[in-house]
Amino acid sequence: MTDLSMQPDAHGMFGRFGGRFVPETLMPLISELQSEYDAARQDGEFQHQLAYFQRDYVGRPSPLYFAERLTEHFGGARIFLKREELNHTGAHKINNCIGQILLAKRMGKTRIIAETGAGMHGVATATVAARFGMPCVVYMGSADIERQQPNVFRMKLLGAEVIPVTTGTGTLKDAMNEALRDWVTNVDDTFYIIGTVAGPHPYPAMVRDFQAVIGRETRTQILEKEGRLPDSLVACVGGGSNAMGLFHPFLADEAVKMVGVEAGGKGIDTGLHAASLRGGAPGVLHGNRTYLLQDEDGQIADAHSISAGLDYPGIGPEHAWLHEQGRVEYVSISDDEALAAFQCCCRQEGIIPALESAHALAEVAKRAPTLPRDHLMVVNLSGRGDKDMMSVAQHLGENFQ
Amino acid sequence: MNAAKENPMNAATRLDECFAALKAEKRPALVTYVTAGDPDFETSLELLQGLPAAGADVIELGMPFSDPMADGPAIQKATLRALEGGQTMVRTLEMVHHFRRQDTKTPLGLMGYYNPIHRYGVERFLEDAACAGVDGLIVVDLPPEHDDELCLPAREHGIDFIRLATPTTDAKRLPRVLDNASGFLYCVSMNGVTGGRAPVAQDVERMVDQLRERSRLPVAVGFGIRNAAQATAIGRFSDAVVVGSALVEAIANAETRHGAIEAVHGLVRELAEGVRRAANT
Repeated sequence: MTDLSMQPDAHGMFGRFGGRFVPETLMPLISELQSEYDAARQDGEFQHQLAYFQRDYVGRPSPLYFAERLTEHFGGARIFLKREELNHTGAHKINNCIGQILLAKRMGKTRIIAETGAGMHGVATATVAARFGMPCVVYMGSADIERQQPNVFRMKLLGAEVIPVTTGTGTLKDAMNEALRDWVTNVDDTFYIIGTVAGPHPYPAMVRDFQAVIGRETRTQILEKEGRLPDSLVACVGGGSNAMGLFHPFLADEAVKMVGVEAGGKGIDTGLHAASLRGGAPGVLHGNRTYLLQDEDGQIADAHSISAGLDYPGIGPEHAWLHEQGRVEYVSISDDEALAAFQCCCRQEGIIPALESAHALAEVAKRAPTLPRDHLMVVNLSGRGDKDMMSVAQHLGENFQ
Repeated sequence: MNAAKENPMNAATRLDECFAALKAEKRPALVTYVTAGDPDFETSLELLQGLPAAGADVIELGMPFSDPMADGPAIQKATLRALEGGQTMVRTLEMVHHFRRQDTKTPLGLMGYYNPIHRYGVERFLEDAACAGVDGLIVVDLPPEHDDELCLPAREHGIDFIRLATPTTDAKRLPRVLDNASGFLYCVSMNGVTGGRAPVAQDVERMVDQLRERSRLPVAVGFGIRNAAQATAIGRFSDAVVVGSALVEAIANAETRHGAIEAVHGLVRELAEGVRRAANT
């Protein structure tokens, strides 16, 4: 049997997914990035630096918290929250940004670019760029700028230039197109910090590896607390970096069940959703082959989700592959279900989760009550919900004024 | 290693014949790009059919894609106009069919991104494209690392796969880029997206010379060439000059569909004079 944890192959393929579908201009740089990354992985000094920043700057390890009240509330599985929302900048995104900027420095690059949807990856990138004294340009869809004003201001405070993208639909996919256009134009001095486990090889594997600290810590922590591995892992999936980070160190443990939760928006059958696996088809976009929301003509469709961070018409290629292998089960959660879980977590645990993470919690709400009391379930609380105050208030009909 | 190179179907393609004829004339080719279906099917077809008479030697027809990540604003907007006008891959191939009924000589290549072809189905696409009279493919997001996907199957259908070489393509990488290339080489004049600033002639000449040392294929230069004077300057040391964004902007700026056709054909006539002035005498 294929070793699920030893992917991708030398060509960056996870089965038929992944690859390097980029213009020729970028190919030499991407090959160079691959060799630098391979060297950095073997380099004790690089690993030492990474560990230092993860500990003293990001605040790792993040706690694995036994959610006693949620467990009682659902009356089934024992629920543990991996507290990624306690990281510096409030989400898992910085795990990857720290890794990539160390690599950028190592490669002698002097300028950082990134794309962002909800703004969390943009904020994390602007943060590390400030820390390492590099100019930073963040591309953000004009529609997302409207709904995520606090994060836009945060990026500007950190010294980043936020460029609104009005082309296409003005959301994350268009921001990524624009970042790629910038990269093609400024390939000599610029490092592109991609925020999720997508893009041309080596990005999907590299971002996963930087995020896998989540799963490695979880493994140690649950063994300390419970003396055994968890029975199931649950995480939300947009591009899928927090889920890959949690899942990857457990892929070889067949007894550990894994559930990826896509954004079901207003429902898969309405067409207004962001569930690429459940509602899309294989295709090629942004450097990799994966499942994409698209029409019969191969034109990319608009994604919809209450959560800007899940509002992307694709998914990381490794998820597409794990889906077809049957190793991970992928489900979808609607906007309304996510909102209900969001409120439940606030009231039961005193933790305001990101709307993205609330999708994972909503799946927990469905599963936990049906499971025995000795079932150990770990949920990735990938981010905090402060950024979502306005949109949640709007949906709940509250008035902040 | 590569069966396609021995394929008898590739013995003398329309592209080969076209470049051989121009070599006899000692002048570079004018390659024109427009997006299929921009601004609508009928206008676009009429525009396409008039290009050879206006002076286009080779035609690149864009297959619209919602996420054209290697294109600048002009072609992005052209793509949107075409998609809003209801253009699809089926209709793009239909346009080629119509074109071929009138013109059996002018080489025509389809240019774009992989996903619409992937969705259509590679085998079905190649059969339909060959049947419609497509001579070549330029697919921006398929580097040589993915030749198995479309390049090699295309050659088996007698369709050339035109490769792009860019300023970042160094000596180490060039052999890989040239392997399996056919039709002509597309020398991208600068790092960037389509419709950017004007290329520096000396820099481009150096790139063209490097390509010529390593390949017998004709070398076309594109990206940032907008007018007859530039076409003359670049055409002096290359085998073909590609103009796209400037033509597409002429469509965008026209007030009527007739005006769009006139404007594009007018510019093509000027560019055609430009490449003729570059003739090596």
